[in-house]
Amino acid sequence: METILTINNLTKHYGAVKAVNDLSFTIEKGNVYGILGPNGSGKSTTLGMVLNVVNPTRGNFHWFDGKNSTHDALKKVGAIIERPNFYPYMTAKQNLALVCKIKDVPTDRIEEKLDVVGLLERKDSKFSTFSLGMKQRLAIASALLNNPEILILDEPTNGLDPQGIHQIREIIKKIAQDGTTILLASHLLDEVEKVCSHVVILRKGVKLYSGRVDAMNASQGFFELKCEQTQLLVDYLNNHNDFGEVKVEGDLITGYLVSPLAAHALNSELHSKDIALTHLVKRKESLEEQFLQLTNNLN
Amino acid sequence: MLRLLHIEFQKLRYSKSAKVLSIAYFGILLCIALIVSIEFNFGDIKVRIADQGIFNFPFIWHGNTWLASFLKIFLAVVIVSMTSNEYSNRTLKQNLIDGLSKKEFILSKFYTVLVFAGFSTVFVFIMSLILGYAFSDFTEFSVVMRDLEFLGAYFLKLTAFFSFCLFLGILVKRSAFALGFLFFWWVIEWITLGVIAEFFGKDLGWSVWNFLPLGSMQNLINQPVTRMNFVQSAAGQLNADVGFDYAVHWYEVVIVIVWSALFIYGSYALLKKRDL
Repeated sequence: METILTINNLTKHYGAVKAVNDLSFTIEKGNVYGILGPNGSGKSTTLGMVLNVVNPTRGNFHWFDGKNSTHDALKKVGAIIERPNFYPYMTAKQNLALVCKIKDVPTDRIEEKLDVVGLLERKDSKFSTFSLGMKQRLAIASALLNNPEILILDEPTNGLDPQGIHQIREIIKKIAQDGTTILLASHLLDEVEKVCSHVVILRKGVKLYSGRVDAMNASQGFFELKCEQTQLLVDYLNNHNDFGEVKVEGDLITGYLVSPLAAHALNSELHSKDIALTHLVKRKESLEEQFLQLTNNLN
Repeated sequence: MLRLLHIEFQKLRYSKSAKVLSIAYFGILLCIALIVSIEFNFGDIKVRIADQGIFNFPFIWHGNTWLASFLKIFLAVVIVSMTSNEYSNRTLKQNLIDGLSKKEFILSKFYTVLVFAGFSTVFVFIMSLILGYAFSDFTEFSVVMRDLEFLGAYFLKLTAFFSFCLFLGILVKRSAFALGFLFFWWVIEWITLGVIAEFFGKDLGWSVWNFLPLGSMQNLINQPVTRMNFVQSAAGQLNADVGFDYAVHWYEVVIVIVWSALFIYGSYALLKKRDL
């Protein structure tokens, strides 16, 4: 598989603060990556370093095969960081034309990309007249101008209203479907869960996990069960080889699996023991639950 | 190089303040030329400044470059704001992310400085040529071509001054503060001169001052007032000695070139070291 970005032992200290510590991971072509972490966990610093605006204290990284300098490689990358930065006195179209010149790409894609983000009819309005949502969409259009190998988005929905968030997510999904590699930094878990196939989880500048979202937790998932004879069911589950911990909250019984067990198998098994269920759900931990488990394990 | 100039030009051409200031700069230059060639009537006395010998070749090269360099502050504002605005709009960060290297960023600004300085030099050259041929007492080709080194000095002076502004824009990041700092620095240089002159003698004071950035730039084109006909004749009548060294010396040129190089390299080093 083609590698897009390789990071080796990247470290950034701001004085005594270790913003990023010995971070290593790689990004392969065609996947959608999320960098997850609470505020201040080093997401933006990491992106800043690979985007040539923050100097690493230690470690190194290289784009693609590492043959080109970082700034040349960045011409094949599309990135938006924190908030959109453009020249306020220029129109959308003029700003994008400038980006084209910097990226050394022809200017004939400007209208097409403005159309993708729904700003075509505002192309001749000055940037300073745009709302935050429009500015963010213009930033995405600008990042797409070079048909990038990878699109990097840092908190793309930060500060937007629900409608704006929805618009941005739809755009991201559309881009992901076209096969563009995406790296999305966010502290919003459902955002990452909805679009990403892979995650890198950071906490206080240290990598906790990197890999596929669905392989993040080795657990087999859990059952949520209800029935009339609660105690009988709890006893049965406690003696069951496939179940580990069993929790009871009110009349809801949650049994965590230690080995695979299908929902229909459990149902017929319980039925043969004369336990009739009123509620049966098999679930995997959500990203949020897994994330909290991962970050809490270190506390 | 052309790509970098294009990028910078694209940023400037839509900026209203940059346009207004540049037009004002060249407009005022033109106005001065017009005013001095108009005949003023004070009652019975008709005065035309142009007839006082200031447009005589080759003196005109000295006089006009000296006069024109006072207006450089207009373009300096453009230079300062075009760098510090990149910080306040955070577009510097975006430029780098889009694939401009820090070196290219500084170079694009420096090339623009060269273009501004070059354009202004050509403008002053053409203006002086026209005024000279209109009012000069001598228009022989050999006389016209004398003292042309003042134009070179003018170009260098502007380049150095704008490089200083560029450096301040990068250093201070806010245009108003950068311009304030420029003024502050100018005062500091004069105070330095005063203090050294007071305690260690006048000669040492001026010598040190000639090595300071703004001092060395000013020293490149010395004041031409004491060189003018009527001043000289007045001084002659008073037996006063106005033996002033007007020439553009090679060491003055070297000092100014060194400062320009330091400012440009300093801007690059600052940018390279900084996290944005």
